[in-house]
Amino acid sequence: MAFVQNFPFLTIILALFSGPLCSVLKSKAAKWVNTIVLTLILLMSCAVLVFTLQTGEAYVYQMGHFSAPWGNEIRVGVLEAFMAVFFCIVMLLCMLGGRRELAEEVEETKQNLYYVMVGLLLSSLLALIYTNDLFTAYVFVEINTISACGLIMIRQSGRAIEAATRYMIMSLLGSGLLLMGICYLYDLTGHLLMSNIKEQVAVLAATGEYHIPLLISITLMVVGLAIKSALFPFHSWVPDAYGYSTLSSAAILSSLVSKGYIFLVVKIFYRVIGFDVIRESKVINVLFVFGVLGMIFGSVNAIRENNIRRMIAWSSVAQIGYIYMGFGLGTTAGIIASLFHILSHSATKSMLFVSASGLTDVSNHDTDFFGLTGAGYRNKIAGVAFSAGSLSMVGIPLFSGFISKVLFASAAYETSGKLIPAMIALALSTLLNAIYFMKTVIRIYTPSHRAGIVTDTRVITIKEQPQKALILVLFVALNIGLGLGSQPIVNMLTQGLEMFG
Amino acid sequence: MNLSNLLNNYEEAVAMLLFVIGFSNLLLQPNLIKKIIGMNIMDTAVYLFLALKGYIDGHKAPIVVDGVQSTDAYINPIPSGLVLTGIVVSVSVSALMLSLTIRLYRRYHTLNLDEISTQLKKEDL
Repeated sequence: MAFVQNFPFLTIILALFSGPLCSVLKSKAAKWVNTIVLTLILLMSCAVLVFTLQTGEAYVYQMGHFSAPWGNEIRVGVLEAFMAVFFCIVMLLCMLGGRRELAEEVEETKQNLYYVMVGLLLSSLLALIYTNDLFTAYVFVEINTISACGLIMIRQSGRAIEAATRYMIMSLLGSGLLLMGICYLYDLTGHLLMSNIKEQVAVLAATGEYHIPLLISITLMVVGLAIKSALFPFHSWVPDAYGYSTLSSAAILSSLVSKGYIFLVVKIFYRVIGFDVIRESKVINVLFVFGVLGMIFGSVNAIRENNIRRMIAWSSVAQIGYIYMGFGLGTTAGIIASLFHILSHSATKSMLFVSASGLTDVSNHDTDFFGLTGAGYRNKIAGVAFSAGSLSMVGIPLFSGFISKVLFASAAYETSGKLIPAMIALALSTLLNAIYFMKTVIRIYTPSHRAGIVTDTRVITIKEQPQKALILVLFVALNIGLGLGSQPIVNMLTQGLEMFG
Repeated sequence: MNLSNLLNNYEEAVAMLLFVIGFSNLLLQPNLIKKIIGMNIMDTAVYLFLALKGYIDGHKAPIVVDGVQSTDAYINPIPSGLVLTGIVVSVSVSALMLSLTIRLYRRYHTLNLDEISTQLKKEDL
């Protein structure tokens, strides 16, 4: 066994233990520990990715030397390793991009606690990506929820605490359903390891035995995770939670936390139940309908919103709808489109949050739409990054959003009955996206004296905030990189999905 | 589909009923404490379901006594282990929810989540 094969487990443990370490350090030291740990995990994940690409097959890592049906396992393939690398990159950029806001908005003595939460969050995300055990997945889903709640409530305003409470309530409903579904499945199959469950489910599906309980179990698990990842109509907590938390939290929550649950859904589809059984179960049709509704509804609400942070949050609801619509297509191409959209949305949404905060900084911290007039001139780099993010969200070629829309469209083309609704939804939602994003871009590039609106006159140059400018440039580069290098990435996702099941 | 199945598995049916009661309480009650109670009922229902599934009539707790190693003597220990794990999770989540409730109560002097939202909107205006 190569030494690199230990890395997935080591990254989880490293992230987990960086948390308690940060809790006893001063906030400045905790900040550095967190950054170093994140970088280290990123490098280790890269090594794992290279290793899996070289061997070209997934490997199983036993926890505690108990063999298959009893022990706990980690299973690593190209897809998992790639997701881990990508999540680490986005997390690192989000943390660095929101540092100044964190220092301003959170009490000095509590800042180290923030890094505890970030460490726990990353470890639970990595565990969700790598684990091959369904109950372990449940436990880490809960850890993920708790740390995400901590990220929201670290800013001690009444709004943030209320948002955290609402987030917790919805999440707990979701995890209750997930747990029930897992118990059902365990009862039906007698296994907790995903690969073993799949064998038993295949037997059950072939004989037609326990058809209804199996269906109920699938539904409970998928609905539970859909609630947790804010699929329409379970999105009520999203605008508050993203709108009133501190910058890094909003960026991490929208781009990573919900994606962890969605990745678990893919895992349940491919590794736990088997995609053929899922396709026959018709659960995906429900996901398709709610995904399409979410795409439209989220965008309509984003148009009606006057607060830029909340507008971006509503846009997240629409983008989650895209991902579930891709699942609902019921083809492997649809899943790959959804996986690519996970990447694209993570890179774009976190960039939008970071650049929007750069714009509100030069507008008296006014998140209201009119206060932002001309902000693109006062903070040039944030304006450019916001425009790039908007173009990507709308789906302009060169940016990553375009590729995911092309992938969705071509995946829809392969299905029989879902082509027309999917195309209409894509077209309509692109149009709505264009309305609210272009409206904002035009607003930030309207000179305030011409619009007759008195705004803040503060100007932030790149020299004043070189770090933030660098982060924004990296975000734009990541986005364009995803857009231009899409073919190798799609190939990698396809290869990863093949060895995933 | 006949009723006798339901009667034979009445324990599971009770567990499901409790789950639904807890779930709807967590979803619909405006009072935060009642929501937390609902959450605990929901989780407990799952543990009841798991414990039932692990129990085999006439078998004893899975602790080896007098060197008896036959599987016929003991119940399935894994669901019990899962229940323990689940209890740990549910305790920590309850603690977090209660701490959030205390925070909100100190600030707004009410446990009603809808009322808190109304007060927040007033603060904003």
